[in-house]
Amino acid sequence: MKSDYLADCGNWVLKRFPLAKLWNDHMAHYYAPKNFNFWYFFGSLALLVLVNQIVTGILLTMNYKPDAKLAFDSVEYIMRDVNWGWLIRYMHSTGASAFFIVIYLHMFRGIMYGSFKKPRELIWIFGMLIYVCLMAESFMGYLLPWGQMSFWGAQVIISLFSAIPIVGDELALWIRGDYVISDATLNRFFAFHVIAIPLILIMLVFLHLVALHEVGSNNPDGVEIKESKDPYGVPVDGIPFHPYYTVKDIVGVGVFLFFFATVIFYMPEMGGFFLEPDNFIPADPLATPEHIVPLWYFTPFYAILRAVPDKFAGVIAMGGAIFVLFLLPWLDRGGVKSIRYRGGIYKKALALFVISFIALGYLGTQPVTPTATIFTRIFTAIYFGFFLLMPLYTRWEKTKYVPRRLTKQPTLEERIPDLIKTFDEVTVKKPVQTKEGATVLKRRPDPAGMAKVGKRFVKKLKDSLD
Amino acid sequence: MIHDGVDTSKRQFLTTAMTAVGAVGTGFIAVPFLAQMQPSAKAMAAGAPTEIDISKIETGQLLRVEWRGKPVWVLNRTPEVLKTLDTLDDKLSDPQSQESIQPEYINNAYRSIKPEILVTVGLCTHLGCSPTFRPEIAPNDLGPDWKGGFFCPCHGSWFDLAGRVYRGVPAPTNLDIPPHRYVTDTLIIIGEDVIMGEAAEEAEEAAEEAEEAAEEGANI
Repeated sequence: MKSDYLADCGNWVLKRFPLAKLWNDHMAHYYAPKNFNFWYFFGSLALLVLVNQIVTGILLTMNYKPDAKLAFDSVEYIMRDVNWGWLIRYMHSTGASAFFIVIYLHMFRGIMYGSFKKPRELIWIFGMLIYVCLMAESFMGYLLPWGQMSFWGAQVIISLFSAIPIVGDELALWIRGDYVISDATLNRFFAFHVIAIPLILIMLVFLHLVALHEVGSNNPDGVEIKESKDPYGVPVDGIPFHPYYTVKDIVGVGVFLFFFATVIFYMPEMGGFFLEPDNFIPADPLATPEHIVPLWYFTPFYAILRAVPDKFAGVIAMGGAIFVLFLLPWLDRGGVKSIRYRGGIYKKALALFVISFIALGYLGTQPVTPTATIFTRIFTAIYFGFFLLMPLYTRWEKTKYVPRRLTKQPTLEERIPDLIKTFDEVTVKKPVQTKEGATVLKRRPDPAGMAKVGKRFVKKLKDSLD
Repeated sequence: MIHDGVDTSKRQFLTTAMTAVGAVGTGFIAVPFLAQMQPSAKAMAAGAPTEIDISKIETGQLLRVEWRGKPVWVLNRTPEVLKTLDTLDDKLSDPQSQESIQPEYINNAYRSIKPEILVTVGLCTHLGCSPTFRPEIAPNDLGPDWKGGFFCPCHGSWFDLAGRVYRGVPAPTNLDIPPHRYVTDTLIIIGEDVIMGEAAEEAEEAAEEAEEAAEEGANI
C-alpha cells in the first residue's frame, strides 16, 4: 500500500517535470566512449571542487567581515574561535589551488587528445571562459583576508589595467573605487567573489556540459563513437554514463580526497605556495613586502609579464598568453585528434610547450636576475611559438593511420608480468654469506641489466615521439 | 508564422523600434550602475590635503605620511646628495622629468621647491609597489653603481634620491610629485597647489615668456 502511495507521488511529479527524460538523456542513456583513462577524471573532479568551494565559501561568509578595519581579524577569528572554522577555511584555500591543478590537467587532456577540435570548439571556448572566470574569482578572493600579499598583489594587478593607453588610469580608478586599494575595493571584490563571478561560473559550467552532451565526449583515440552504431542507434563503442562512469568517477573522487585531506590536515600552507607567509601580516598601504609573488597558478603569466621590458607590451603579452588559448581550435590544422596518431612534430611541440609552461611557472616565483630574465624570454618565445607556429607545423605533420573503432590498451593488471620481467632484468641473484655462515641467494642491482633496460627505454621514448 | 499576404514591413518597423527603445533604456540604466563604482563622494573628500610639519626632519631623514591613502615621502637631503644628483643625468631615463607627473612649479633638477626637501609619492610608476629607501652608496646587494636612491623590490626598478628613474628598468617614468606648497617655512600642505591668485598670473606670464623664448630658439 505504502509503495503505491510513493509511486503515485512519483507519477505526479513526472507528469509535471521531465525528470525521467533528463536522467535518461544525461545519465542512463548518455553513451560515453568505453576507453576513458586516467585523464578523464579531472572533469568530474573540477565539478567536485566547485561544489566544495561553494559550500565552504557560504560557510565562511557567515563569519567573515568585508571591511578594511575588520577583515584581517575576522579571518583570524574564523581560524581560532569559530567551531571548525580552521577546517572550513583550509578546505576553501586548498580548494582554490586544487581547482587550478585539476583544471590545468583537464586542459592538458583536451590539448593532448584534441578534444578542442571540430565539433567540440564551443566546449573549449566555454571551458576557457570558465578558466578566465576562475582566475578573476581567485584573484578577488585573495584580497579578502586583507593581508600584505592581498593588498600589494591587488595593487600590482589593478595597476596592470592602468598600462592601457588613454583610458587606463580612469579604468583602474573605476575598478578600485578609490585612489588606492581601500575599503571600497575590498567591499566590491567581496561582492564579485561571492555573488557575481560564481553565478557566471555556474552558468558557464552548465553551458559547457550542455555543449558536451550535444556532441558527446572525445576519447583517448580521438575516434567519433557516433560513427559506428548498432541497429538500435546505440554507439557500439559507447557505455551508459550511469552506472559505468559514475562508479569510475567515484574511485577518482576517493583518490583525490585522499590527497586533498593530506594537504588540508598536514600542509595547508604548502610551504608558502597555497597560503603565502606575508599574508599573515595585516595590509599596510605604506610598505610593500620585500618579495611580491602571485599565487603559484598565476606565475607562468606573471613570468611572461616580467619578461617584457615595456610596461604596456608586458601587459599585452600576458593577456595574449591567455587569449591565444581561445584560438587553439583554429590554430591547429592537423587532421587527427589524438596524440596517439599525430605526427612527431606535434608531440615534440607539445612536450616543449609543457616544459616551457612549467619552467615559466618556476621562474615566476623567483626574483628577477639577468640570467633568469634570459631564460624567461626563451621560454616565453617557446610558449607563443607553440601556438603561433601551429598553423604551419600541423600542416606539415605526418599523421598515422586512425582506426575506425576504439583500440584496446593493456590494463594496469596486464602490465604486471612485464613489470616483473623488467625487475628481473635489472637485478641479479647473488650468493651472499649470512652471519650464521650459510650461503643464500639474494637479489642485487645489476648495472649491465639496468643499462640494457635504460637503452630500451630511451629507444622507446624516441620512437613514441616520432 | 504565416507570412503570405501579410505586410511584414510594419512588424519589422515595430521590432526595430522596440529594440532601439530597449537599447536606449539599457544604456540609461547602465550609467548609474557603472557610475556607482566610481569613487564615492566620501572617497573624493578623503583626497583632502594633508599638512606636514617638517621642522623635525633631520638631514638625511625620510618621513612617510599618508595622503589619499598613498604613501608620501618627505626627504631632507644632504648637500652631498644634491651634488651626486647633478652627476646622474646620463644614467637616467627622464632626467628633466618631461614625461613624468609633477606640478609645473617644480622645475629644477632636484624636483623640489626647496632644493633639499623632496616631496614625492612613494609608489613605483611601474605597477604601484612602494620602493624601499636605500640612501647608502654601493651596498652589496645593489652593486657598485648604486649612488643611493629608492629601490622597488617587486620588479627591480631604480630611482635616484630625486625620484628620477634609471634607464633599463621596468618603471616608465619618474616618481610622481604631488601638488604641494609651503604655508610657512616648516609647514607643507600636500594636495594644494602653490599657484593661486597673483602667483597664478605670474606663473602664466612666465610660461608665455618661456614659450616665446622657445619659439625664438626654434627660429634660430
